[in-house]
Amino acid sequence: MDLAFTEQQQAFREEVRSWLAGNVPPEPLQSFDTEEGFIQHRAWEATLNKGRWGMVTWPQVLGGRGCDLIEWLIFEEEYYKIRAPLRVNQNGIFLLGPTLMEYGTEEQKARILPKMANGEEVWAQAWSEPNAGSDMAAIRTTATLEGDKYIINGQKTWSTRAVWADWCFGMFRTDPESERHRGLTFILVPLNSPGITVRPIPQLDGLPGFAEIFFDNVEVGVENRLGDEGAGWSVAMATAGFERGLMLRSPARFQETARRLVELYSANRMSADCDPAVKDAVLGAYLDAESYCLATYQTACRLNKGGKIGAESSTNKIFWSELDQNMHATAMSILGARAELLPHAPDAHGVGAWLDGWLFSQSGPIYAGTNEVQRNIIAERMLGMPR
Amino acid sequence: MDFTFSEDQLLFQESVRDFLINEVTAERIRASWETDSGREDALWNQLAELGLTGMTVPEVYGGLGMTVLDFVLLAQECGYVGLPEPLVHTVMVAVPLLNDIGGELGEQWLPKVASGEAKVIVGLEQNLLVEDAHVADLLLIQQGHKLYAATPDQVSLRYNESVDPSRKLFTVELLTGATVVASGEQAATLIASTFNRGALGCAAQVLGLAQRMIDLSVQYTSERRQFGKPIGSFQAVKHHMANVAVRLEYAKAPTHRAAYAVAMGQEVAAHAVSHAKLVACEAANLAAKNSVQVHGAMGYTWEVDLHIFMKKAWALANTWGDAGFHKRRIGERIFSTDAVLGAGATFV
Ligand SMILES: Cc1cc2nc3c(=O)[nH]c(=O)nc-3n(C[C@H](O)[C@H](O)[C@H](O)COP(=O)(O)OP(=O)(O)OC[C@H]3O[C@@H](n4cnc5c(N)ncnc54)[C@H](O)[C@@H]3O)c2cc1C
Repeated sequence: MDLAFTEQQQAFREEVRSWLAGNVPPEPLQSFDTEEGFIQHRAWEATLNKGRWGMVTWPQVLGGRGCDLIEWLIFEEEYYKIRAPLRVNQNGIFLLGPTLMEYGTEEQKARILPKMANGEEVWAQAWSEPNAGSDMAAIRTTATLEGDKYIINGQKTWSTRAVWADWCFGMFRTDPESERHRGLTFILVPLNSPGITVRPIPQLDGLPGFAEIFFDNVEVGVENRLGDEGAGWSVAMATAGFERGLMLRSPARFQETARRLVELYSANRMSADCDPAVKDAVLGAYLDAESYCLATYQTACRLNKGGKIGAESSTNKIFWSELDQNMHATAMSILGARAELLPHAPDAHGVGAWLDGWLFSQSGPIYAGTNEVQRNIIAERMLGMPR
Repeated sequence: MDFTFSEDQLLFQESVRDFLINEVTAERIRASWETDSGREDALWNQLAELGLTGMTVPEVYGGLGMTVLDFVLLAQECGYVGLPEPLVHTVMVAVPLLNDIGGELGEQWLPKVASGEAKVIVGLEQNLLVEDAHVADLLLIQQGHKLYAATPDQVSLRYNESVDPSRKLFTVELLTGATVVASGEQAATLIASTFNRGALGCAAQVLGLAQRMIDLSVQYTSERRQFGKPIGSFQAVKHHMANVAVRLEYAKAPTHRAAYAVAMGQEVAAHAVSHAKLVACEAANLAAKNSVQVHGAMGYTWEVDLHIFMKKAWALANTWGDAGFHKRRIGERIFSTDAVLGAGATFV
């Protein structure tokens, strides 16, 4: 055990830091759930990609740097510290990208990954359907193979960024006789295909952060199938949960929220201490964010040395989503009567981005497999309790 | 950056775990409750033969010359079986203190600890009582700003019964003959670092205790049937245990980091130990609470083994600094104006 960064790792940190310092837009971008903000974020992806900082864990030939997980964590630390823009193409670069690298044909990789990397093509994820939420195996949207085309009919929903995205990836039922996990196929669909209707759904903040996607005889060439027909479920599940989880929600994000929470508390101590539970919650949040960071480093180091990820990785989602909710709840109590005010309200001085974060934190325990479903998985697969 | 244990450390853990699980059974612990001292020389000698009592004793004195980092996984295993013998105390608290005091005292006692001939027990004022003072051959006792060394004939003990029948607790009164081994600044430094190692030992042990309570509960709920099914198939029961698993999973890395910080003498050690002690004890307390619940009335009995581990976890949560003490220490650091927090600050 050696808990010091190597010189190489420190040099890498310096390089990340100085590039970000010279390139991160001085003013925060608008929300990527607005049209203008989406365009700004797309442009930021291109900037990142030009500097070869778009996806540092990707191989060099794909414009990445072939970084290991520790370097990824370092990158994220610097990224969140300087408050660089959120990643509009996260579903592409963090979720689909690695899956493509594993299951895609050479043609698919060459066609899709470069445009994904520079933000030219932004991706939405289309798993959920009105009647297939937690129970994803209940997917009913069909894709029928006719010649060299799939004809897709049905409906997806809750598809993040789909309003302005260019493509979606999803699972479709290719075998109409099949049930549950069998007979599903992983297909990539251009969102400008004839027969597609995208209907924005306003989220808690009023902005259309996700959308319904209707498919009416949509034609998609077979070259857009990822993996074999009928193998959709295993393609979707195979790229290990942990590494994706780590990509999507690395500790830096929560450590920065915890730091801001400590600052908020310290700046409002007189009023905050009227409720003795607040200080305890701030302290607990700080510790949990640190625990999350330590545990992530420990796992990343183990994986770097060739270790395997086990069922314990399913604890990750619950831990960060509850931490995020707790931190924002605490910030809301510190802000008191100002907590409900939108940041631009004339008397809302000092509320910062807490309200937005609080709203978004409500969704953490829901998306990416609800926390109840995660608890079932932990009990059954990690602890071995009876089904 | 390498936050992993070495092959050797993991292998040692495995062999000690096997030994402890075979030897330190619940029946043996219950049998020890019926004896006067609650401690077994035979078991202590076995631990010494494995080199465990001398793990942190320097090689020149017949020990293995290892650090608390090498021992932290073993301390978890001691917790897992609820080992009544003061092994964690010896390796993490007493021996490093003797090492630091050094001189004739170290020369005289360290070889005996390594060989299993003698037990050395430390009593700090931060703790209300002294654990295992009755089996000590040498006591190192804090009084104000001084540390005293005393042999059994130089102290008077008053026994206090604990809810955990395995814990033997005493007030120690120094009689004539006890000698000062450190005072002033030196004593203060020794006391502070000794205290941190004690708290670290608690954190590591309760990780093991929490895991044991989970294992017992999973086993029980897989066997016990109601409504025609194993009760462990009910989601409410599953989620009780899943909640414990989540808290426990994230208490491990802080404890290992604290062991590293202590072993390396890092400035952050006290802070890291408080972090570990808080989250590990919180996980163990939750394990206790939810484990009793999923055992039903069985969990409320003397007969079922759960209480052996549960009561130890309760006790350890409030010794070597309770939650209030450790939260105060964390708070002093993070709420200070020059605190460096947030992304990238964890390992500096
Ligand atoms: C912000 C946000 C972004 C999202 N983005 C996407 C996206 O990009 N692409 C996409 O495909 N989907 C997306 N989703 C959808 C998300 O994956 C689903 O919401 C989620 O899988 C839960 O499904 P549901 O909403 O239908 O809830 P339901 O499945 O109806 O669940 C409702 C409640 O019942 C509980 N429940 C259900 N089944 C069980 C069970 N077996 N045991 C115990 N409790 C159970 C749930 O835990 C939950 O509390 C997003 C959701 C949100 C909130």
